[in-house]
Amino acid sequence: MAARESMLAVVADPVPPELARTLDLAGYSWKTTSGVDDAGEPAGGWSGAIVDIAGDAEGGWAFLRGVRKGGDRGTPVLLLVGGAQLSELEHRDEFFDDFCLTPFHPAELEARLRHLMVADVDLHRAELVEYGELTLNLETYQAAISGRPLDMTYMEYELLKFLAQNPGKVFTREMLLSRVWGYEYYGGARTVDVHVRRLRAKLGEEHANLIQTVRSVGYRFGQSRWDS
Amino acid sequence: MLDSQRNYVLRSVEERGVRLVRLWFTDVLGTLKSLAISPAELENALEDGMTFDGSSIDGFSRVQEADVLAMPDADTFELLPWGDPKVPEARIFCDIHHLDGTPFEGDPRQVLRRHVQEAHDEGLTFYVAPDAEFFYFEPLVPGQPPVPIDHGGYFDLTTSDVTGELRKTTIRTLEALGIPVEYSFHEDAPGQQEIDLRHTDALTMADSMMTFRLAVREVASHHDVHATFMPKPLEGVQGSGMHVHLSLFRGDDNAFHDADDAYHLSPTAKAFMAGMLHHAAEITAVTNQTVNSYKRLVPGFEAPVHISWARNNRSGLIRVPIPKRNNPMATRIEYRSPDPACNPYLAFSLMLAAGMRGIREGYELPDEADANLFEIGDDVLTKLGIRQLPQSLNDALIVMENSTLVREALGEHIFEWFLRNKRSEWRAYKTQVTPFERDRYLGTL
Repeated sequence: MAARESMLAVVADPVPPELARTLDLAGYSWKTTSGVDDAGEPAGGWSGAIVDIAGDAEGGWAFLRGVRKGGDRGTPVLLLVGGAQLSELEHRDEFFDDFCLTPFHPAELEARLRHLMVADVDLHRAELVEYGELTLNLETYQAAISGRPLDMTYMEYELLKFLAQNPGKVFTREMLLSRVWGYEYYGGARTVDVHVRRLRAKLGEEHANLIQTVRSVGYRFGQSRWDS
Repeated sequence: MLDSQRNYVLRSVEERGVRLVRLWFTDVLGTLKSLAISPAELENALEDGMTFDGSSIDGFSRVQEADVLAMPDADTFELLPWGDPKVPEARIFCDIHHLDGTPFEGDPRQVLRRHVQEAHDEGLTFYVAPDAEFFYFEPLVPGQPPVPIDHGGYFDLTTSDVTGELRKTTIRTLEALGIPVEYSFHEDAPGQQEIDLRHTDALTMADSMMTFRLAVREVASHHDVHATFMPKPLEGVQGSGMHVHLSLFRGDDNAFHDADDAYHLSPTAKAFMAGMLHHAAEITAVTNQTVNSYKRLVPGFEAPVHISWARNNRSGLIRVPIPKRNNPMATRIEYRSPDPACNPYLAFSLMLAAGMRGIREGYELPDEADANLFEIGDDVLTKLGIRQLPQSLNDALIVMENSTLVREALGEHIFEWFLRNKRSEWRAYKTQVTPFERDRYLGTL
């Protein structure tokens, strides 16, 4: 799965010069658009949208109804609203993630946008864990190393997922047992060793050292935070 | 937990395009059985199990009700690394239940599950690492003696090297199935191999042994070679054993280890060993369940004959290996009589039951027998109180029949069925007139 091309949709007629300037200064790529089926929409969809309700309320809400059709909340939306329009937001909470009163303060808009995009990145990352050549798709439960699918049992998958989500951190066997197995498993703490050994075998020689043994402590996935 | 396990299995089947799911279980004699279902049936199987008629499965027959339920254990889901990669197959081990959902007494996996759980209730985890030996033969010709595929010996790096290639492919297959291999090498006899598996908890290992035997045969047959776990396929050379390394852990600590003891054995380890020695004869019919098993347990071939223990004496029944670099985690005992033709679920169950009896009742460990017992006369051994293992399947069955330990450990259903089945095997054997007898008697008597 390719990383999403980062392109913000700006729905405003006309685009306030202050908005264009703020986005450019903050380093966002953006395009104006008027509708969901707009040909300018990037292949991976918009990475976010800024909708200026203050300028064109009707066009703005129409655009958002299209974006949020079918309950899709994948595209983060920031509204620009005039003070007199706040009542319009009532019952429309599902159409946007945050708003900013206009005329806006450029630093505030930038901060809100940054916050929104970070939250969005995390949301998308949560479905895909990547570390080096290892990819775990949390939605389909599939894992691959250098593009080669890994066949694992459920617990092997869960252990790898947990480790890959916490790279660089050292876990004791007991911690892994309680965090990954989550219940009193009769395999005991040594179960962790057994599963690590199996995972290494399945990752293959080349990648076996992704899971490192930390002597008399436990295991660490990937490089230590203190190495460089 | 269960739901996400199920989802994992269902999604994997979907994503990997699995065409056939094999539901595996084991009969009382240790034969792997498989019930194949289509992926469309899988969700239903994971939820409610699959009903089948158990009456023709060895040891599953019951008087009133023949139907039983195979409940897949979702955590054992694995893609099978052999066969056509375009039509992948997967396997899941099953527990067998009555239709009302209670565990079925005839299911060996449930027997082991019960023992492992009992040990767990006392805070102990039972770890097992078998060293399995087997032979590679040229394709069998009916009526002809088997021909080993090579004439290598112990640790030989044979160059020809079908054997090496076979072992390598087998190990790759095992690792792909999540069965880590610690060592593999050419054993003493021509065509004989040994593969040592890395320890896991006993239930996982019993599943692994079932998979292991299939994988070894499967890989061999792809190369037009016959692999066999028959305990003594050839006269005059050593047979195939399955030495089992055993240890008990309490959490992260090895309950068998005591740094202050001369042999680094804890009182728990000693009581466990005492239990195994005390009940060794009783459990032998299960650890060595064929007529042929007893042809291996004879003097002179590195197989144990006497019920004894020692630190580094391979003629004893229990050996205490010296751990590498004195690693406390590696303190363990090695039980040397079982052969790889046993039912691993039942064999591990009885080893654990015998050892735990020793711990619970505080058995005293007899003295170490560090001399080569093969060179000591029987009268001396008797004076030392060293008994022999049963000499035949019949002997073993007689001892087993009187064992309350084995009866309790296996449960009435399997205990009775096993004795009945094995007695009939013995009777069939007893009526044979062998070439040995004709050679020896026909001319002179």
